[in-house]
Amino acid sequence: MNDIAWSDAALGSARPQAVGALLRYFRDLDAAEEAFQEACVRALKSWPAQGAPRDPAAWLIFVGRNFALDQVRRRSKQEALPADELISNLDDAEAALADRLDKAQYRDDVLRLLFICCHPELPAGQQIAVALRVVSGLSVKEIARAFLVSESAMEQRITRAKRRIASAGVPFEAPGALERAERLSVVAAMIYLLFNEGYSASDGTVHVRVPLCEEAIRLARLLLGLFPDEGEVLGLTALLLLQHARAPARLDADEGIVLLDDQDRRLWDRGMIAEGLALVEKALRQRRPGPYQVQAAIAAVHAQAARPEDTGWDEIDRLYAVLETLQPSPVVTLNRAVAVAKVHGPAAALAMIEPLAVRLSGYFYFFGTRGALLMQLGRVEEARAAFDRAVALANTAAEAAHIRLQIDRLSKEGHPRNGRGPDGNLPACPS
Amino acid sequence: MLYSILCYDSEAVVGAMTREEDDDLMARLTGVTEKLAAAGKLGPSLRLMPTTAAATVRGNGEVIDGPFAETKEQLLGFWVLDCETLEEAVETARLLAREKPGGALEVRPINWFDPGSGVK
Repeated sequence: MNDIAWSDAALGSARPQAVGALLRYFRDLDAAEEAFQEACVRALKSWPAQGAPRDPAAWLIFVGRNFALDQVRRRSKQEALPADELISNLDDAEAALADRLDKAQYRDDVLRLLFICCHPELPAGQQIAVALRVVSGLSVKEIARAFLVSESAMEQRITRAKRRIASAGVPFEAPGALERAERLSVVAAMIYLLFNEGYSASDGTVHVRVPLCEEAIRLARLLLGLFPDEGEVLGLTALLLLQHARAPARLDADEGIVLLDDQDRRLWDRGMIAEGLALVEKALRQRRPGPYQVQAAIAAVHAQAARPEDTGWDEIDRLYAVLETLQPSPVVTLNRAVAVAKVHGPAAALAMIEPLAVRLSGYFYFFGTRGALLMQLGRVEEARAAFDRAVALANTAAEAAHIRLQIDRLSKEGHPRNGRGPDGNLPACPS
Repeated sequence: MLYSILCYDSEAVVGAMTREEDDDLMARLTGVTEKLAAAGKLGPSLRLMPTTAAATVRGNGEVIDGPFAETKEQLLGFWVLDCETLEEAVETARLLAREKPGGALEVRPINWFDPGSGVK
C-alpha cells in the first residue's frame, strides 16, 4: 500500500467518526459533510508533507470544524480564510482534542449518524442509499451502479431522502440505554438489508453484488467495534461473514446459481469462516440469544460441514425452531422446512409449508422450494406448476434460469430419483 | 539473541483494503520472510483476527468482550495455544491470570499461523 492509498483508506475509515462528530457540532448533515470534504482536501495536501497524524479522525474533526467556523465568520464579516500554513501544524491541538473526545462520545456520534439514515418514513432502499452516501462515503455514481439505476435518478433519490431527514430533525441529545438499544437494532436491520441487497439482488440481472456485501460487513464491524459486547451485533457480523465466505462458490462461470450442495467448498473463504465462527462463539457465551445470533449459528453449521452430507441438518432444524419462537415468520418456517426435508423427508416438509401458501403467494423461494419437494415426491405435474410460478416471480435472471433448469430436468427425466430437494441456502429475511 | 517484531496499524484502514490489496500486501511480506526462512532465521509468525473477535481477562479473572484497550500498560509477552473453543482459551487465560495479578490477558483468535522452523 503506498502513501496515497493509505491516505485514502485512512480518510475513508475515519469518515463515520468524523462526520458523526461534525454533525453533532453543526446539527446539519450537509454542513457536516461539506466540512469533512474540506478537511479531506487539506489532509491530502498536508499529510504527504507533514506525515499522517496519529489520530486521523481527530485531525479531520478539528480541521473540519475550523473550516466551518471560518465559513460562518467569513459570511458575517467578509474576512479572508486563514492560510493553510496557519492550520497545518495541529499536533498539540489535535492531541488535546483526541483526549477530550472520549470513546463513548465517538460511539454515540457514529450510531447517531447511522441512525438518522434509517428514518422510519424512508423506504428501505433509500435508507441504504443514504447510508452508503453519508456513512460509507461512496459516490452517487458508485451507488447508482450498485442499484442499477442512472446517476441522476440516484442523485434525486438521495437528495429527497436527505431533505426528509433534515425536516424530521436529528436526535441530538445523548441517548439513554433504552434508546441506544433501539437505535442499535434499527441500524442492524439496515445493515442486514444492505447485505441482502448485495447477496441476492432484489432486481435486475446481477445476482450477487460483492461491493454491497463488503460495505455491509464493514459497517457491521464498525458497529461491533463500538459495541463489542452486544450479542446481536456479534451475531449480525458473524452472519454476514459466514454468508459472504461462500460468495466465491455461489455463481458458476456463466453467472448461474450454484446450490449449496453443489458448491465447491474449497472456494469458501476460510479466514472469513474462522472469524465468523469465533464471533458466534463469543455471542453464544453471553447466553442472550437473538435472531441474528441464531441465524449466524445456522450459517456456522453449514460452514463447518466439509461435505454436504456432513451437514448437521438436525441441528439446523433445532436452530430454526428457536428462530421461529424468537421471530415467527412464514419465511423462517419455509427455511425450517428445508432442514425438515433433509431430516424427516419431503412429505413432512411439504406438510409444513402448505399452510404458508396464502401468505407467501408472491414469494419466489416458496414456489422454488415447493417445486423441489414435489419433484422429490414424484408429483411431476404439480412440481411443474410450482416451478412455472417461481419463474414468474423470479427477482433476477439467475433465479429464473435456475428454475428453468429444474423444469428442463423434469421434462427430460421426470421421475423422483432425480429430484434433489430444495436448496438449504435460502435468504432468511427477518421481517 | 531472539527478537520479536510486533506489527501495529489501524485496523479500520487495513480492514478497508480490498481482497486484492490484502493479498498483495501478504504476498509482499511473504517475499521478505521467505528469504529469512531459507536462511534459517525465521521462527513462528502469525496474523491475528480483528480485535472485535477478542475477549479480555482482567487480573481478577473477570472476562470482558472486546480487546485490551488501556494504554497505561505495555505488551510484555504472549502465548500461542491450540484450543477447541474460545471458552477453553479464556479458561486457560484465567489460570495464567491467577498466577500474574494485575494487568490483563487478551485472548485473540489467530487468523493465520506459520510455526516456522528456523529458531530454537
